Amino acid sequence: MDILRIATAGSVDDGKSTLIGRLLYETNSITKDKIEALESASKRKGLDFLDLSLLTDGLIAEREQGITIDVAHIYFSTPTRKYIIADTPGHVEYTRNMVTGASNAKVSLILVDARQGVVEQTARHLSIAALLRIPKVIVCVNKMDLVQYDEAKFEAIKDSLGSLVAQTTFEGQEISFLPISSLFGQNITQAADKMPWYQGNTLLGELEAFEYAESLAHAPARFPVQWVIRPKTEEYHDYRGYAGKISSGTFQVGDVIKALPTGQESTISSIEKFGEQLERAVAGDSVVITLTTDVDISRGNSLVLASDTQAPQLKDFTAQICWLDHQALSPGKTYLLQHGVNLTKAKISQITERLDVVAQTSSQDVDSLKLNEIGGIQLRTAQPIMADVYAENPSNGAFILVDEFSNSTVGVGFVK
Amino acid sequence: MTNSTIKDKIGQFPRKLEDESIYIMREVAAQFERPALLFSGGKDSITLVRLAQKAFFPGKIPFPLVHIDTGHNFPETIEFRDWLAKETGAELIVRYVQDSIDQGKAKEETGKYASRNVLQTVTLLDTIEEFKFDACIGGARRDEEKARAKERIFSVRDDFGQWDAKRQRPELFDMLNGRIAVGENVRVFPISNWTELDVWNYIKEEKMEIPSIYFSHQRQVIERDGMLWADSAYLNKEADEIPFEATVRFRTVGDMTCTAAVESDAVEIDIIIEEILSAEISERGARIDDKRSEAAMEKRKQQGYF
Repeated sequence: MDILRIATAGSVDDGKSTLIGRLLYETNSITKDKIEALESASKRKGLDFLDLSLLTDGLIAEREQGITIDVAHIYFSTPTRKYIIADTPGHVEYTRNMVTGASNAKVSLILVDARQGVVEQTARHLSIAALLRIPKVIVCVNKMDLVQYDEAKFEAIKDSLGSLVAQTTFEGQEISFLPISSLFGQNITQAADKMPWYQGNTLLGELEAFEYAESLAHAPARFPVQWVIRPKTEEYHDYRGYAGKISSGTFQVGDVIKALPTGQESTISSIEKFGEQLERAVAGDSVVITLTTDVDISRGNSLVLASDTQAPQLKDFTAQICWLDHQALSPGKTYLLQHGVNLTKAKISQITERLDVVAQTSSQDVDSLKLNEIGGIQLRTAQPIMADVYAENPSNGAFILVDEFSNSTVGVGFVK
Repeated sequence: MTNSTIKDKIGQFPRKLEDESIYIMREVAAQFERPALLFSGGKDSITLVRLAQKAFFPGKIPFPLVHIDTGHNFPETIEFRDWLAKETGAELIVRYVQDSIDQGKAKEETGKYASRNVLQTVTLLDTIEEFKFDACIGGARRDEEKARAKERIFSVRDDFGQWDAKRQRPELFDMLNGRIAVGENVRVFPISNWTELDVWNYIKEEKMEIPSIYFSHQRQVIERDGMLWADSAYLNKEADEIPFEATVRFRTVGDMTCTAAVESDAVEIDIIIEEILSAEISERGARIDDKRSEAAMEKRKQQGYF
């Protein structure tokens, strides 16, 4: 059974939480006691309908203000697969939480209010979906009930998004448009009887049909070492196993590998999981690899195929960055850079540009990047990192920056 | 739901979840100096122990199991705890809420809803200080409750164990940042993305042992607020609450004073899974401690609860 991760994004009050509530409600994912709690909470708010948004707005401050502040994770499953929704805040000041929630997603749901049409946030969210290389975007034109389920209105919104989509999208990204009403359950899991003019999939149908080709298994083989297992027991006296999660590609017993950054070569003697011997392991598998010879390998090193002459070792490189901290990014400062499980110091030598994700323009004369801003940087690390170009191999191309003094995660970068 | 749709929904355990959780276990061992696994004896913490075993095999689990014993546990749970520690060869540390009460640091609740659930926090924070634990692994899942749905996998707590929803670090991709200042600690939730069904399917597929009270058995119970409570010396009964025998099992395992039983004949894990799917009450609905207020969980977390 596979897992599909979805991120939702939308502007204030365009009904994101209601949409998720509706999806859960119609897939029988809410138990009776939760529905009862919902009924009484809706009544207390003076509403005469079930306020499905109350299902996800979980923090006290959120219920007070009626908005979503932080990323909530919501789960449902169908016979086909398990779904994990990261419900992310729509407010511009929570863009960092949106990037966070979307970082693992393979599908981005972007909501547009049928009355408002395309707004600034729509452009922002499309850009972020492109920046993160999310392979599928579903634009849900919500609240169709408030525009009398008017086809012309839907088509107009679709048209007005056309040029924006053309600017942000990348090759291979799928984009679809759906007219829906979350409040009345039109086109969520059941066909919209109020919109006979619409012949496409429902939202759930669109999700179920999406096949994310596991291209990761064919990407270059990368195995970052997390932990070295040395039991030093009688039975496993000389055992030395390298534990980690394959970030991309495939490894097989007998493969000749090299350890980076040292470049020492060896051969895979076994791939194990809790005593089970595997012939091969692919991206996403947490395994232990043993080698035929003793090689000096420690946490943060990467195993790649010896034949892979393209395997990167970066010390001086450029990246796109989304800034996540209240204290702005300023050039010249040293941060800790974490790429996968590898940690090294990094100095930002220059901010090359700041992107205006709404206007799709950039300015070059920049001396800082503030919270929620996206830009380009030039940086240098103390030790080389084994990162690929993000657009070519997303699972091995991102890193975070950590402030040495506050310990906060202050930025997320994408190797260019 | 009809029986056939229930069977459709059971599905299988998504194996990717196990890979992700093992990855988190290894990050804990690598990033912290003194981690610990908080063990309650419930199915979620039993799952954690299995994941830790898998993460470090053929090595031993490189951190201790810590149990905060309220003194109100089901005897079956304690028996199971000791068996599991022996079976896995893991170090077991037990600290007692009773000691915190005797030292005057915690005060026993009174009234018919009295439980030691809240008091555990005092003993837990003392234990963290005693052993200088910098990371505590717990079995919380995001599907359990609304405030949990917003918590990170690495959740930073201050000197007082407090959680601040607005201070949470962004967690991007699978990169976990466990750097903390002296005195702070991190609560780690490796099965954040599992649902109750995932845990049961995993226990089934892995053929794991679990405490006997998860299966149907005969027990003396009383009925209160439409739920069945296990009769015990720790339960403050009212005059009209007369114990009677019933065939029950437990869906979650907490204290005898705050975990309700459900009537059930299920003696096999397949039937338990079917019952869960057709159950009309969600899992935490059987936890009396959450009913105190709508924001009960968030408030307890702010005070250092798990």
